[in-house]
Amino acid sequence: MDANIGVLALQGNVSEHIDAFLLALERTGHGPSSEVFEVRSPADLADCTVLSIPGGESTTISRLIDKNGLYEPIRQFKGGIFATCAGMVLMATEVADPRIHPLGLMDMVADRNAFGRQRESFETDLPISGLDGGSFHAIFIRAPVVTWADPALNVLARLDQGIVAIEQGKHIALSFHPELGNDTRLHERFLKMNGI
Amino acid sequence: MKLEELRFGTELLKRGFASMQKGGVIMDVVNAEQAKIAEDAGAVAVMSLERVPSDIRKMGGVARMADPEKVAEIIEAVSIPVMGKVRIGHFVEAQVLEVLGVDMIDESEVLTPADEQYHIDKKQFKVPFVCGARNLGEALRRINEGAAMIRTKGEAGTGNVVEAVRHMRTIMGEIRMLRGLDKQEMADYAREIEAPAELIFECAERGRLPVVNFSAGGIATPSDAAMMMQLGADGVFVGSGIFKSTEPERMAKAIVEAVNNFDDATVIAKVSTGLGDAMPGLDIHTLREDEVLQTRGR
Repeated sequence: MDANIGVLALQGNVSEHIDAFLLALERTGHGPSSEVFEVRSPADLADCTVLSIPGGESTTISRLIDKNGLYEPIRQFKGGIFATCAGMVLMATEVADPRIHPLGLMDMVADRNAFGRQRESFETDLPISGLDGGSFHAIFIRAPVVTWADPALNVLARLDQGIVAIEQGKHIALSFHPELGNDTRLHERFLKMNGI
Repeated sequence: MKLEELRFGTELLKRGFASMQKGGVIMDVVNAEQAKIAEDAGAVAVMSLERVPSDIRKMGGVARMADPEKVAEIIEAVSIPVMGKVRIGHFVEAQVLEVLGVDMIDESEVLTPADEQYHIDKKQFKVPFVCGARNLGEALRRINEGAAMIRTKGEAGTGNVVEAVRHMRTIMGEIRMLRGLDKQEMADYAREIEAPAELIFECAERGRLPVVNFSAGGIATPSDAAMMMQLGADGVFVGSGIFKSTEPERMAKAIVEAVNNFDDATVIAKVSTGLGDAMPGLDIHTLREDEVLQTRGR
């Protein structure tokens, strides 16, 4: 199926997500009729089959979602959402930070900066359940974790601090940054989950 | 779960951190109260320092890294990343900020240089660095030393955007010019601007610097910030522009929104309305040679 993939472009690692989805589309044999574009307004969102919420500063992105009138439109959005880092925080129902206005699209509680400051940021080879081709080289930057999730959700990976990869229905939320490497397996998995 | 290996402080983590700041505003703050105002306004990070650049200009004397107590107080006050400034070449000030837990270090010409020959060997650190640059050669020398982010220097503490514009146009123009050169010509240009040829090739291929490039030095209004974004900046640093304006909270929010909607003049007009006075500005041409900060470090 052709797809219109929107990347929420309010702040953060936007161009890397666009490039990663373009690469994933190419690798899954999609032609030029599938597009990846920036989403800044409710009108942009209306054109999307699926949406990606990139990493960045979650307090800033949350504020700008509200400012740009995107809060309700994203909540009502019918397609799947690929959420990384700050995106994972925003997808939760509950976040212990009054500056975040979570979207509540996944039944889970998220904790910001769960590993500490930038000096505690790390990369590692992470086993991800259900992902073929061996472990995933995961890049954690001031990363969040999920500290509680409804048992109905599908946990893909966990570290001592909490859950770092999780799915619910058409959505996937990751603590780390698959868009910073060349491995598009998680992007491809997400497209498949959404029938693309 | 036991993982085989966790790697810290890699080039990818440093550049990745810088990349997360894109489309954001990084604000200078001198205490916890200002840091909270910046965070509430939507800053992606704060830069902790002893005095904002316009006060450094007024005070004169040697400007150094902030008191660790101040830095710790700011780190404690906010949940967004905290950056800190060190003097050019002062690797021990950098070691101190790294130990304090600062998320990124700005090796800054705004402070008095500690070494007129060498910049800090930034590859020796786990914490990422941002450095100033006026042109492509300077930017690539800093990246070669390990900088994970570049900011065009502008002229800090003046509230005058003219130098920021000059430096951004210079770097973007040089990169555009590279596209018309073949490899030999590029290598020749690399020698001319004293930059590593490999990094020149990379710029030519990507059509941009290998790391995130912010704008700094003289941004005082929402329009200034949006202009720098339209000229190709990945984000902006605002120094004296916020807390030297008459209404810092409103100015901070307005600049964040202007950066977010940098190509929408309707939004910029709206957020610029009734903001109070921007910081008082300085004409660059009235500065004495020893008052110009951008020529520190090369």
